[in-house]
Amino acid sequence: MSTWAIETEGLTKDYAAGFWRKKRRRALDALTIQVQSGEVFGFLGPNGAGKTTTLKLLLGLIYPTSGAARILGRSISDVAMHRSVGYLPEQPYFYDYLTARELLDYFARFFGYTAAERRERVGRFLGMVGLEAAGDVQLRKFSKGMLQRVGMAQAILHDPEVVILDEPMSGLDPLGRREVRDIILDLKRQGRTILFSTHILSDAEMLCDRVGVLVGGKLQGVGAPEELVSIAVQGMEVLFDMPAGRALPPALGAAAVQTGSRLRLHVPEAELYATLELLRGSQARIISVTQVKATLEDFFFRLVGNQKTAGHAVEVPGK
Amino acid sequence: MTRVAIVALNTFREAVRDRVLYNLIFFALLMISAAVLVGEISIGIERLVIVNLGLTAISVTGLVMAVFIGVSLVYKEMDKRTLYALLSKPVRRWEFLAGKFAGLLLTLAVNTALMTLGLIAALLYVTHTLAPADANLLVAVYFILLQLALVTGLALLFSCFSTPMLSTLFTLGIYLAGLFSADLRASGMSGNSRALELMTRALYYVLPNFSNYNAIHAAGHGRAIPFTLVWANTAYTVSYLLVILLAASAVFSSRDLK
Repeated sequence: MSTWAIETEGLTKDYAAGFWRKKRRRALDALTIQVQSGEVFGFLGPNGAGKTTTLKLLLGLIYPTSGAARILGRSISDVAMHRSVGYLPEQPYFYDYLTARELLDYFARFFGYTAAERRERVGRFLGMVGLEAAGDVQLRKFSKGMLQRVGMAQAILHDPEVVILDEPMSGLDPLGRREVRDIILDLKRQGRTILFSTHILSDAEMLCDRVGVLVGGKLQGVGAPEELVSIAVQGMEVLFDMPAGRALPPALGAAAVQTGSRLRLHVPEAELYATLELLRGSQARIISVTQVKATLEDFFFRLVGNQKTAGHAVEVPGK
Repeated sequence: MTRVAIVALNTFREAVRDRVLYNLIFFALLMISAAVLVGEISIGIERLVIVNLGLTAISVTGLVMAVFIGVSLVYKEMDKRTLYALLSKPVRRWEFLAGKFAGLLLTLAVNTALMTLGLIAALLYVTHTLAPADANLLVAVYFILLQLALVTGLALLFSCFSTPMLSTLFTLGIYLAGLFSADLRASGMSGNSRALELMTRALYYVLPNFSNYNAIHAAGHGRAIPFTLVWANTAYTVSYLLVILLAASAVFSSRDLK
């Protein structure tokens, strides 16, 4: 019995392309990942990298060309498994003739809740996403950000074990993004497994236990954000003041950058103490010494930069 | 409540909120005008005029609704991507399709029932009484509903793989061909070509025979409609619908939702 909440094995998706639809365009290439129960896993990648394709494959909205995937040990073709899965589509759009309350009530009916349970749940989740005051407004009058919140509510309405979110922060203002982040962290505290795609790297760094980077339909790397960025060269940043009338040591002069009234030096870790000695000798006042870590963003852009085909799925020979 | 019923009721709610049933106002105005005018312009055939006009209006209105709502039933959900959130719930694709079909059928049934009440009211206004033969009017209405169910099924099938414009053309094309399928067969038999005869005969059997459902003339004249025809039409519609809905389910279940 598998212990993974989500696992894929060589998951591949080709789309027909061209006027005669004889060419094949590979949107996802042999994706193999495992997401542990209770883990927050983030999919990173530029547009067209295969993130949404992966999530739609997991939900059975599209079918794989080859490979397999399981959620909670059950095949993705098993619709009954959806009882334990919540999904927020990218840029969600719902029946605009319904109010937010009616939409959530409609979705809740598929899980067999009684009328009283539905009423309680719908009210609770509308409150959770900050829409209690707009619950009786038709969705056609909702802004993009409000629709995103309704989408979030419908995804977690039935207390799913696995929550799959496609760009959950998209279209939200800073306050909304923070609220969604809090909801994701709350779900994590409750032991739910969360798989989400994003192009907002700071969100991934803040929320994810592990991230997977997809470029051109291929998985380029998987690991904890700090593991991935540790590949990058580390450095030290020294912030200091020079007393009036004192000059910088000639060895450092070219490297120092003026920032306001202060000077900033970026040096390799191995040269830190030698640099500090030089600065002390010049009677510089050290303000701070900070370790410079490569961010996930650096790692991401390095990967994308390495692949000039990035962002474009590859064409494969026709069948 | 079953998942099919949940989808069906929401489809009905959508039709009501989209003011689809507003056509009833026009039907009411038509029936009131006809009831007032018929006594002045026709002597002795008031009943025939009212029944013919009413049943034709019910049939045409239902047909327009079945085709134009039916062709966008699935397409609209895919185009607007409202389907994504729904299919991520424990709902099978065939359940979604069956629900959409049942929802539109419910809308058509409510619309037809209300129109029939209007027709009976107009008939009562003109003739001041209802005769036992007027029960045939209900059989004619039932046949109209069977016909609408079949048209809805066809529209739904095309909606699974085609745009609304093409689906409308396909559905109306099959409807018209099905209305004249007996003439098509007769024209094939009257020629000298064996191949043409075989082709028109095959079309006759494959196309839905919509002329079977026309009982407006009989109802207008108060003629009895044989009970065997009621059974035959019911069995024919159910069988044909099963085939259409299975085909629609097969097409829809195998396609990617982009």
